[in-house]
Formats: sequence, C-alpha cells, structure tokens
Amino acid sequence: MELKKRFWNEYQKEIADDHYFYARSCIRQSFNPGAEAMFLNIMKDNLHKDIIDEANQHTCTGIGYHTDIVPFYTTATIMARLFSLMTEAGYKNYVPSCVTSFGLYVEVLETWKHDPETLEKTREYLYKACKREFELPENIAHSSDIIYKFRNELKKQMKYQLINKHTGQPLRGVEHVGCHYAKVFPAFGEGGAEFPYVLAGLIESWGGEVIDYPERRHCCGFGFRNYLVLTNRSYSVSNTYKKLESMEPYQPDFILTNCPGCNMFLDRWQYTIAETQHKTYDAEGKGIPVLSHEELAALLLGYDPWKIGLQMHQVQCESLMDKIGIAYNPDEKYADINGNQLTPPDKPDFLKI
Amino acid sequence: MNHFDVIIIGGGPAGMQAAIRLGNFNYKTLIIEKEKSIGGKLTQWDKLFPDFYSAEELLQNLTRQLNENVSILTEQEVKDIENTSENEWTVKTADGQYSSKALLIASGYDFFNAKRKEEFGYGIYPNVITSVELEAMIKNGKITTLDGRIPQKIAYLQCVGSRDEKVGNHYCSINCCICAVKQSIEVKELLPDVEQYCFYMDLRMAGQHYEELYRTSQEKYHVQFIRGRISEAASTFDNRIQIKAENTLLSTPLKLTVDLFVLMVGMEASETTRFISQKFNISNEYGFLQSKQRYCSDNETEIKGLFLAGTCKRPMTIPKSLKDGDAAANAIFDYLKNR
Repeated sequence: MELKKRFWNEYQKEIADDHYFYARSCIRQSFNPGAEAMFLNIMKDNLHKDIIDEANQHTCTGIGYHTDIVPFYTTATIMARLFSLMTEAGYKNYVPSCVTSFGLYVEVLETWKHDPETLEKTREYLYKACKREFELPENIAHSSDIIYKFRNELKKQMKYQLINKHTGQPLRGVEHVGCHYAKVFPAFGEGGAEFPYVLAGLIESWGGEVIDYPERRHCCGFGFRNYLVLTNRSYSVSNTYKKLESMEPYQPDFILTNCPGCNMFLDRWQYTIAETQHKTYDAEGKGIPVLSHEELAALLLGYDPWKIGLQMHQVQCESLMDKIGIAYNPDEKYADINGNQLTPPDKPDFLKI
Repeated sequence: MNHFDVIIIGGGPAGMQAAIRLGNFNYKTLIIEKEKSIGGKLTQWDKLFPDFYSAEELLQNLTRQLNENVSILTEQEVKDIENTSENEWTVKTADGQYSSKALLIASGYDFFNAKRKEEFGYGIYPNVITSVELEAMIKNGKITTLDGRIPQKIAYLQCVGSRDEKVGNHYCSINCCICAVKQSIEVKELLPDVEQYCFYMDLRMAGQHYEELYRTSQEKYHVQFIRGRISEAASTFDNRIQIKAENTLLSTPLKLTVDLFVLMVGMEASETTRFISQKFNISNEYGFLQSKQRYCSDNETEIKGLFLAGTCKRPMTIPKSLKDGDAAANAIFDYLKNR
C-alpha cells in the first residue's frame, strides 16, 4: 500500500480576478478590527485590485438566521438589499468577509436558483420595503478564497516566510476552516468539505507545514446557540477544548482560520480553559496564537503587527513573530492612533494563572 | 479461425459457467478476457461466504470443466462491437477481430472507488483499507497495519458506495453484509485478541446460512455490530484511525480509535459494461445492462443475438452468477437452435 502523499484537495472553484464588492462581518469588526482593514490594504496596495467598501452595508442576519430568530424570507430580503448596493455601485463580484455570511449567501443564491419563485418573492419584498432592485452576483468568493487565489503573487512581496529562524524548519500550522465555508455546499469551497485547501494552500505556499489531526474537521465551538444561549456555553468551550486536546501532540506553532467566529473562539476559549483546566497548549504557557488569513498575510508582508491589531487577540502573537523573526516595537503595542500609551492589561501574554 | 458460434466478453464466474455449458452443447465458444487470466474477481478472494469454500478450488473446478470447444483470449480489451445485418457479431480487440452468431456479455463489475467518499480518508490515511485489500491480507495469512503492527482493534463500515444517494448508487450491493461477517471471523481466527466492530445501516442476511453465520460471528467470535453510520475518519498522532459515528439504536454519538478501518466497498458497473451499455443503449439508471424482461427473459436483450449474464446486470453473489451463466447458455442454445 502506498504511503499517503497529500492530505489536501486542490480542486478549484471559479474566483473573479478583479472588481470586488466587499461585504464586512458583523463580529470581526469588534473582535479583530484590523483584519478587514488589512484585507482592503492588501487588495488595494499589494494586489492593486479594485474593491469597494460600501458605507451603507449592514448585517446579512446570519447569526439571527442560524439561531432561528430570523426567518428565511427576511434573511433573503436583507441579502437582496446588500446585492442592490452592489448593483448600484456597478459591481458583480461579491466578497463576504465572514464565513457564516458566505455560507448563507450561497444557501440563498442556491435556493433562488433551484426555486425561482423564492427569488421573485424576494424581489417583491425588497421593492415593497425600500423600492430597491438588484442583480444576482456573477461570482461569489469568500475573502480567504481571494487571498488563496493570489497567494503566490503575495508570496513574491512577502518579507517573511513561515520558517522558524532558529531551526530553519517550516513552522507547523493548524488550519481551521469555518464550518459554513464548504460543509453545506462543498462545491463552493476550494478543495471541498473534507480536505479543503483554502488555508492549507496558504500555509504550504508561504513556507509552513500543515498539521492534520483527528479533530481537524470539528466545529470551533461557536455553533451560534452553543454560545449565544448562556446555559449552552460550556458546550461551546468543550468543543474548543476537544480540538485543542487533539492538536496538542503535534505542537502547532499557530492556528490559521478564515472565519470570524472560529478566530474568536479558538483564541478566547484558550483563556477560559487555562482558568478552568489550568492548561495551555504550548510549552511556555502562553497559548497557541490564532490568526486569520488576512492577518497572517499582512504579517508576512511586513505590516506593523500592532496596525494589524494582533494585540487585540487573547493569545498574544509575539512567540510566533519571534520564531519567524518579525521586527516589532513592544513600546507601541498599546499606543492609540495618536501614539498615546493606553493602560496595558495586567498579564497580556500569560494564560496560566 | 476467427469465427465462433458464441463469443463471451468476460471470463469471470458467469462467463466461465456459460462457456462450460456452451462447450458441452458443442458450440465453438470464445472467451475474451481483459485480465492476464480468467476467473474475474474470483481470483481476488480467499474463501467464499457462507461456507468458507476455497475460491481457488472453485476456479480450478470451473477451469477443468471447460472443454476443447472453448477458446480463451486473455489480456484482450474489447475496442468495438458491431452487429451486422445478418445478425452476426464482430468483436474487435487491439490484436484481432472475431465474429460469432451470438454474443454473451459477462463483463462484470468494478469495486466502488472508496476515494469518492472523502470523509473516510481512503487513499489519504494508510490504515483505511477496503474489504478487497483486507481479503488480500487474509489470503496471505498476515494482517498488519501499514507500519507492521498487529491490529488490536478493527472497524468495518458497510454500504460504502451502496445505498448512497450522494454517490448516485441507491442500490444494495448484496455481498457486503455477509462478506464483513465472513472476513471478521477469518480475522479473529488469525488474530485471536483482536476487537472488531461492524457499523451498519441494517444487515441483510438474505442468503441460505447467512443468518447463522452472523449469529456465530457474534456468539463465538465476539464481533460487535453497531447500527449507525460513520461520519468521518481521521488519522491520530500514532497513525491509528479515529472514527466518529452515531449509534442509532442508542441515539448516542460515538468515537472510537482503531488500528484498521475497513470500508466494505460496493459494486458498480465495470468500464466494459458501461461501454457496452452505451453502445447498444441498454443501460439501466446505474450503468448496468438492462435485460429484456426480468422474470422470463433475464438473459436476453431487445437486440437479437445479444445476451447477458452475471454482475453486468446488477450485483449478484457468486452462486447466483454461476446460475445466471447456466441460464444464459440455455437461452443461447434455444436461440441458435431456432435461428
């Protein structure tokens, strides 16, 4: 029997080359505000692409929809309004920042495709509500798809690689792809649902080594109701705990995600687990840094880590930056936009209490 | 001489059994087989269910019964088939052209390609194997993991590529349930300390003595049968396989780490079967060949002089394939006599 050679599927989906309408995430702007700014910077300054960050956009209702609060037609109509903004701005390629949104856009588009009556009803509801009309996007791709598409162009501009400067060995990354990226509609994901390549491709292209581990496909623990319903939160933590326990023997240097929720929970719950279980998952007790696709790209391109907003993470990223050899000024970590020092947290970089 | 009374495409059990009968009827018969030797999938099995009869012995018995009227061409892939106006058949291979008064298709099946079920990690994780690969290990008398360890725990999963809407195969492959029972008994005899788990949707023990063997596997060989589908398999740090499933009788999720994970792969129409089904427009919804009428003319087709036998029509067990070969020979006898 031949040994396994590749984990990841490389089959491709169609991703537009240019002229994108960017749809922001609701929660990412609160938790990791630099990530979306970095995506726009990379698109404009590094890749020289035309991308619009429309000021009048709003929620897709994904979190409400998945907690059974918002019904389908409400979601479809609100999404239709976002598409009407895209149409009005003269764009046809839709790029959501959030994986939950991406999965839901695809769900709504596929519903419209297979049941055209729902599309007509949505058009009617939107027009009645706000006298707006819309065209369907010609292409829909998640922002991680875009970074994946241009990963090799970005690599040429990168100042750093995912190589441990002390050992010369590739850094070991765990990739965590958000459930709604391809588990609902595998054909809409790079590499499908079981072995998606969208993040693994970034790690491999940028010099790192991808870790496969038993709970790789398991949910991060967000799960909407798991977290939003207070009494369910232990279930949310237990899912993250399960993943961290499973990846522990492989000693990952970092976790890469493409979903705002996953980024949040894999990061924040490390603190909760340290408090409740007295355990961290790295040798120094600092936790495993969790980065999004834009954050990692920006970091390797040489953007200032504090402009990327890495100080906003629960698990601090200095250990990873030191391994890569990224230059940063610790004195600027807690400076505000005008350079004034803010009060730093008491113990920002140690999870163990 | 390139002209025969009957050409049989496929030298598996059905084709061989038909050739035995046709030879005994004194018809000049040619078997065209694409593999190096005749026997079809029978050559890949060690012992047969439910009585552990030797597959090799059966093959020898069949081969012995082929008389001088039967010619065999091996390593000959069919390139084209023509039905001439005089109801003569011409079969072209890379090496030659052969004609006959009647044509019997016994082109059999292929095993389902388990890589299509990505969630089980076949072709990715080395200790995920198919029932065919396990049979080869049983035949060699040595069952190990890829890194040479003796497995302590083995899990079997039924219906891989069968009864599965996602891969487009709604049908049951008939052989897999009882095959897992047979293999788990053989494995336990080779590895007395092994623990074995068999995951199933429902067990179809419809053949004679199947139910008894199923009972024996539980009572004497302690195989645990768990009703439930496995959702995913992943490799652990030490190259074992972690599987996640739902026990649908207890309504509980289940996680199990095993040394070998065996996928009981189903049957699909073979490449040659698909080629013929398209050529003569006699395909059923799954690419198998459609007979004229299932009850009374199951070996005939709507095309005069074209006959079918065995698993080119649908999944069958080996005894049924042999009987079907007999039946096809009888149908051809009637056709040639009245021609």
